[in-house]
Amino acid sequence: MATMTMAKALNAALADALLDDERVVVFGEDVGQLGGVFRITDGLQARFGDKRCFDTPLAEAGIVGFAVGLAMSGLRPVVEMQFDAFAYPAFEQIASHVAKLRNRTRGALSVPIVIRVPYAGGIGGVEHHCDSSEAYYAHTPGLKVVTPATVEDAYSLLREAIDDPDPVVFMEPKKLYFSSAEAELPARTAPFGKAVVRRAGTDATLVAYGPAVPVALEAAEAAREEGWDLEVVDVRTIVPFDDATVTASVRRTGRCVVIQEAQGFAGVGAEIAARVQERCFHALHAPVLRVSGLDIPYPAPMLEHTHLPSVDRVLDTVARLQWDDQPDTKWVAA
Amino acid sequence: MTTTPQAVRRASPRTRRPATPAAPDPSAGLLPTTEPVRLLNPDGTPLPARDDYPEPPVDALREMYRRMAVGRRFDVQATALTKQGRLAVYPSSRGQEACQVGGVLALRDTDWVFPTYRESMALTSRGIDPVEVLTLLRGDWHCGYDPAATHTAPQCTPLATQCVHAAGLAYGESYQGRDTVALAFIGDGATSEGDFHEGVNFAAVFKAPVVYFVQNNKYAISVPLSRQTAAPSLAYKGVGYGVPSEQVDGNDPVAVLAVLTRAVEHARSGKGPFLVEAHTYRMEPHTNADDATRYRDAEEVEAWRDRDPIARLEAYLRSREALDDAAVAAIAEEAEAYAAALRDRMNAQPAVDPLSLFEHVYAEPTPQLVEQREQVRAELAAARDEQGDA
Repeated sequence: MATMTMAKALNAALADALLDDERVVVFGEDVGQLGGVFRITDGLQARFGDKRCFDTPLAEAGIVGFAVGLAMSGLRPVVEMQFDAFAYPAFEQIASHVAKLRNRTRGALSVPIVIRVPYAGGIGGVEHHCDSSEAYYAHTPGLKVVTPATVEDAYSLLREAIDDPDPVVFMEPKKLYFSSAEAELPARTAPFGKAVVRRAGTDATLVAYGPAVPVALEAAEAAREEGWDLEVVDVRTIVPFDDATVTASVRRTGRCVVIQEAQGFAGVGAEIAARVQERCFHALHAPVLRVSGLDIPYPAPMLEHTHLPSVDRVLDTVARLQWDDQPDTKWVAA
Repeated sequence: MTTTPQAVRRASPRTRRPATPAAPDPSAGLLPTTEPVRLLNPDGTPLPARDDYPEPPVDALREMYRRMAVGRRFDVQATALTKQGRLAVYPSSRGQEACQVGGVLALRDTDWVFPTYRESMALTSRGIDPVEVLTLLRGDWHCGYDPAATHTAPQCTPLATQCVHAAGLAYGESYQGRDTVALAFIGDGATSEGDFHEGVNFAAVFKAPVVYFVQNNKYAISVPLSRQTAAPSLAYKGVGYGVPSEQVDGNDPVAVLAVLTRAVEHARSGKGPFLVEAHTYRMEPHTNADDATRYRDAEEVEAWRDRDPIARLEAYLRSREALDDAAVAAIAEEAEAYAAALRDRMNAQPAVDPLSLFEHVYAEPTPQLVEQREQVRAELAAARDEQGDA
């Protein structure tokens, strides 16, 4: 066991994939000599050469479209979108081709591409550097959407993404890049499609993914003082979604709060809340509530903490889970 | 401190510096010829031979004629099938036969084609089953042929996006030691899309063996070329990316094949991409759903009828004694048989299976898709039971 950062685990996953599979190529903007603006590809070009890890023209649609062609030729492209919002020029390539080529051709073509997207905020980034864009991808059939919250998951999920026969949008929470933990690599954690209970509890379930997982865990710790024993489920793979684990947890606890950093309206949390409500209605003692970012464009750095789901906001929401069997005052007309 | 006019004059390089010898023009070899390459007059009489674009062998030209004649008959048949309701929509390439056939005839079977929705004729000319080509337009699935087996990407409906795929495929092939060339078809309107520029640029930077083949048929649905570009020719778009480019008379089959042959050789020899603009004309509306009389007049269309590529090649081949009445009749007969077989097969109602909707979204369906598939299965069973009861 060694202490390492999520960034290092991601770097190790890329290096091991390059080592194990000669079809793997890593490319994007500044990923070569520089090693990426977050250093996730640090040292890969020096170690594997500039044919396997290379810089491209600064054009995201080009990067993803180029990956489509490379995948058609039999390679396994892993591309980096430098920041969440800078992936938008590639959206047509992702939604119209990456996601659909297998289906369009009845399986004759597949494009096993990994699109790495550093996403979400909490790092004081300026405009266009902090978007939580996962809902756009999760809403697009044909894509898998994965987001690690732990160091070992970062390694394991990225390795699995690269090996996966389908395209994967791999969402990396920027604010967790330099979080560290004890990890032993090569780690293999739960596979795609499995949510994981990060903290067992009996009174309510907090469902979270990516950057919201540490917030949920911290809130669960703080809730002990309030007398609540909260369970925390880490979704890990938004697509495919693990209804079974989430449902089982909520049926045990009878209460559920879904936490996401993205703006809430029509978001992944809304989907999760709906699914839980559909499957757990008779086990629920209170409506499923959500804690999300505000329905605003991502704010300027000095205002981002108002936007981000905080421990306090989570606890305030947990408090509204009808512990006294009274209606939620928020929705009762004064 | 102020500067005197004299001081300014003294510092002027025009008067003080010795003349430097002219640097070589870095765009030399990149820009197209000022007039489209043409080897036949519209009446099929030959123009003087050119060293830069040698005339293709007569056997190749005879084969080109055969494919163009069959291709046109296919196109007419597909248009008729649309009027009969057998196809949801059909974008004709009538008038563009030299480009449709030349684009695939210049390639090897192992080379890749990246077509748009207008390339049905090119694909059938490549030997792909016409019913599979028309699957998209009949609507029983999206892509009906196997792209891996035919080395032909699905017909691309989002404009210009295939330009980047072609760059990636071609680079990936050379990366793995294969000498495959990719040819991407694209129309005049789509050269305005960002992905055209990104594709050409990526291909140039990575020296990917791609031929970008622009069929400038003068209209993007209704919008004329003047609204797409202020460039002297679409072939000028290569120079900014360091890509050699050429323009050709797209209704001159001999010139089209000659230019594309050189472009493909250029790409295959490791020199990177090549851009060709073919000046041609779409004789039919954009699709059967379009009314072309709203944006172009009959005289314009008639003028292009005189530049018909098939008649032009036929006249030339007859003058070379490479084609006679019997050969023309035999090809016409072949085209009729091709169309008749297509008609018969397209008159059969295709079988579609709602449960297949879940099969290829992912390699393995997600639990949610399995659930939805079972729901549809139950709905279908219930509907069958109801029919049985009735």
